Amino acid sequence: MTPLQRYLVVSTLLFGVGLAGALTRRNAILVLVGIELMLTAANLNFIAFWRYGPNPESAAGIVFTLFAIAVAAAETAVGLALIIKIYRHRRTTNLDQMDALKG
Amino acid sequence: MDPAAIIAALLALGGAVAAVSLRNLIHCALCLVLTFFSVAALFLGLGAEFVSFAQVMVYVGAIAILIVFASLMTRDPGTDPARAHEPRAIRPWPLGLGIAGAVTGVLLACVGSSRLLPDVATPATAPSVRELGQELMTRYVVALEVVGLLLTAAMIGAVVLAVREPRRPDQEVGR
Amino acid sequence: MAQTLDQLLVLAQQRLVALWPAPWQPWVAAFLGAAAIVATFGGLFALTTWLERKGLARIQNRLGPNRVGPYGLLQPIADGLKMLTKEDIVPRAADQWIHFLAPILKVVPVLLAYSVIPFGRHLVALDLEAGLLFFFAVGSATEIAVFMAGWGSRNKYSLLGAMRAIAQLISYEVPLVLSAVSVVLLAGTLSLPAIVDSQAGHGWAGLANWHVFTPWGLAGFVLFMIAATAKTSRSPFDLPEGESEIIAGHMVEYSGFKYALFYLGEYLSLFAISGVGITLFLGGWRAPVAWLDWVPSYLWFGIKLLGCIAVFIWLRGTMPRLRADQLMNFAWKFMLPMSLVTLVAAAVWHATATWTFAGAGLWRWVLGAALLLLPYRALSRGLTQRGRFGPRRYRFAD
Repeated sequence: MTPLQRYLVVSTLLFGVGLAGALTRRNAILVLVGIELMLTAANLNFIAFWRYGPNPESAAGIVFTLFAIAVAAAETAVGLALIIKIYRHRRTTNLDQMDALKG
Repeated sequence: MDPAAIIAALLALGGAVAAVSLRNLIHCALCLVLTFFSVAALFLGLGAEFVSFAQVMVYVGAIAILIVFASLMTRDPGTDPARAHEPRAIRPWPLGLGIAGAVTGVLLACVGSSRLLPDVATPATAPSVRELGQELMTRYVVALEVVGLLLTAAMIGAVVLAVREPRRPDQEVGR
Repeated sequence: MAQTLDQLLVLAQQRLVALWPAPWQPWVAAFLGAAAIVATFGGLFALTTWLERKGLARIQNRLGPNRVGPYGLLQPIADGLKMLTKEDIVPRAADQWIHFLAPILKVVPVLLAYSVIPFGRHLVALDLEAGLLFFFAVGSATEIAVFMAGWGSRNKYSLLGAMRAIAQLISYEVPLVLSAVSVVLLAGTLSLPAIVDSQAGHGWAGLANWHVFTPWGLAGFVLFMIAATAKTSRSPFDLPEGESEIIAGHMVEYSGFKYALFYLGEYLSLFAISGVGITLFLGGWRAPVAWLDWVPSYLWFGIKLLGCIAVFIWLRGTMPRLRADQLMNFAWKFMLPMSLVTLVAAAVWHATATWTFAGAGLWRWVLGAALLLLPYRALSRGLTQRGRFGPRRYRFAD
């Protein structure tokens, strides 16, 4: 295996763990944790491809990862604010119980 | 991958598994911190210094703390006893694991079988911080501005969502 | 001669490293650097606890420690022995692992942060290109340690203290970083040794070209130091400890060596953040005037560091503790806008550097000062007139 492939395997496994978490956990915060893990895996992919890719002189991989980190921060902030808002309203963070469209 | 990178990768995966499988939310958040640190170490090993530090600063310093705060401010009382008897349409555990496993398997097969580029002789050297700044302010300046706008909007949105409206005195009197 | 004296520590390290076989040399060099940092700042920690107790005692018209050794100078050793021989108590309900890891996680990042600070000419353990970012990134790990201590102890006081501490640390991190960014803007680099180099030379009346001698630099330095006081949770921002209300906050369930580690971590982070403040605004290891250049660079750094520590002790002896709401209002409604204004002033200073007409220097000063003073006036009036900082009014909990 080339080094690139090794890093890709790591990031794939990380993505898989995040996906499993997002799909199986019922606590909204843990679903968000799973999503964060998937984003991190994607970032690892970007960096690995930048490092071992055909176009190493361009900083695109690094810049893309920086933007992804910023977007992840924004996403988490709004996501957690939504979860807290829903919790105040419904007294639950269990996703199975957030099934009513009517407030 | 040198031994340090392998250790970091194992720590990242172990932390990730713990973060999505432990019962205690706080433990999950702390394991997530471990994962973020290890991924930052992987970035460092790949020569992306700047991204690694930014990762620690944003993920550990901000996102993990946010998750911890949110877990402290919400308490999951478990399944509501009044709704416990309701049959659930699907059993989430096996299905979710199956889907995740299938996706991971397909991805792994792709990584293993695709004809990736041969190992490059000289891996990329990281651009200096100055070059990175130049790139951000010239080629990616629109994206940078949009991200700034997004972060501002997200901050205001989060505050508006999470703020508890103070009870006004006139309402107090009426009650 | 002066040159050799200046480079004494660097040369000593090179000599010692040369004694080892080549493959070991990087490791030996790293070890020597780390050992020197730990020894120096460990010693400074002991000295500072004594200085602080003496200084506070003088301010409060007391004598301070005076039993152990001459002038009580051996008091830190006695304190250390007492701490080490104390029983290490772990509450039964505590989360054993988290409770155990928290003090370690508090100290290790702080020690890491020292690796990028230039203590003298060529005297830096690790010249990272993104050194300043490294410093702030490492500093953000402290928040996790504080949370782990507070939550892992399974104690209401410690959890409350940890929540207060994290809220404070996050709020003051913003002005801290923003005021540092104005220096980065002018110096055009994130590497701390390069930032010191950007303050080389002497300007008007033989005064050094330090950033603190510019309008934005002065404002930035003051903001940085205020934020640093809050970030290291020292008085008047010591709400996280608040021994009279929440009995040492997140450290309440720690005793003996672990408590000493928290204490050590706090002082070490104080030195580190002062060191960065010195590097950013006070010219690092540079002499203030040209004819004092013969004094070794690390001595200048040491003098400035001791000066900062003296100011911190003075502040602690003078200011009463803030209330939680005052703390937050101050961070978000004063510090944050002012640090943004400082950033704008720094940008204007940078843009007007090309002015060449007669009296340009004076006009730059006037413009910079006006840019800072007007918003300062507006902000402070806005805050005081709406009763934010007025006399304390008691409200019962609703």
